[in-house]
Amino acid sequence: MSEAVLDSGAADAPDKQGLVEDWSRDKQVFGVPWGKAMMWIFLLSDTFIFSCFLVGYMMVRISTTDPWPNPSEVFALDAFGVPVPLLLIAIMTFILITSSGTMALAVNMGYRKDRKKTFWLMVATAILGASFVCMQAYEWSKLISEGVRPWGNPFGAAQFGSSFFMITGFHGMHVSAGVIYLLVIAFRVRNGFYEKRGGNYEIVEITGLYWHFVDLVWVFIFAFFYLW
Amino acid sequence: MAADSTQHPLKIYWIMWGALFVLSTFSYMTDFMGDGTLRTFLILLFMLAKAGGIVWIFMHMGWERIALKLAILGPPIAILVLITLMALEGNYVEESRLQNYGESTFEPETPVHH
Repeated sequence: MSEAVLDSGAADAPDKQGLVEDWSRDKQVFGVPWGKAMMWIFLLSDTFIFSCFLVGYMMVRISTTDPWPNPSEVFALDAFGVPVPLLLIAIMTFILITSSGTMALAVNMGYRKDRKKTFWLMVATAILGASFVCMQAYEWSKLISEGVRPWGNPFGAAQFGSSFFMITGFHGMHVSAGVIYLLVIAFRVRNGFYEKRGGNYEIVEITGLYWHFVDLVWVFIFAFFYLW
Repeated sequence: MAADSTQHPLKIYWIMWGALFVLSTFSYMTDFMGDGTLRTFLILLFMLAKAGGIVWIFMHMGWERIALKLAILGPPIAILVLITLMALEGNYVEESRLQNYGESTFEPETPVHH
């Protein structure tokens, strides 16, 4: 992939992998636009927040003596009269993956300066994200109607509810914020905001980093909370 | 399509997208397996494969310089220490609960969906 150079700062660096050179050459280290570096650092801090939630969930699940509710039963959904385990969660997973794909294409179209395609791909990503949040709202109301509360539930250990609402709630908040972020940037791309600033569409990639991170977190939630 | 040095060929995204769908399907299928070490192993395997693909291809980490790779991917390794400590602590707390309060008397209902 030698043609696939994304970071313009790398061009003046002496060697593609020069870690020591990068840290000692007395100018910006990472060779990426500052917005991208800051987004990565923000995502790193977000990684720690989600890790703390998941580790807390692991701790209460290990330490409780009550039986843990079986996620494939709790999250089952009737399809044509047959309960299918984790049906809605599986659909939500595929929606988020689809949205990650459209986002990746939007970033690529941004670098091609194809404003129309970038706009529509970002809008598609935002719509998929919004439908994910709607399904999550449905899931929450379904569980609440069945008696799941942060302080207890009829299916097993009381800690199930608090872990569930905290982890999926915080993730859903990230998705909602991402939808707003995507729409703001998409409309700016369309109305030529970035043309006035030298036609630099790095911002689409930065937005993409955030969106892919939301998908990334869902991969871990899906594995540890729903499948485990 | 204009060939410019700042563009990736689209092909790699289509491959990654397809791979994510396949891996997610496998991931979902583990829910129909019997519990055991194999299932745990497969859950972790598919999870890490998906996470790796998203970070490396979709988030372009594979094309970044090693200084950025280390700065972002290095610190999360510390979380493994937290996981280990909390797993040990969790087992200890469970044991002392069993010793002091005895077995759980909780009788769970089976979820019924409509």
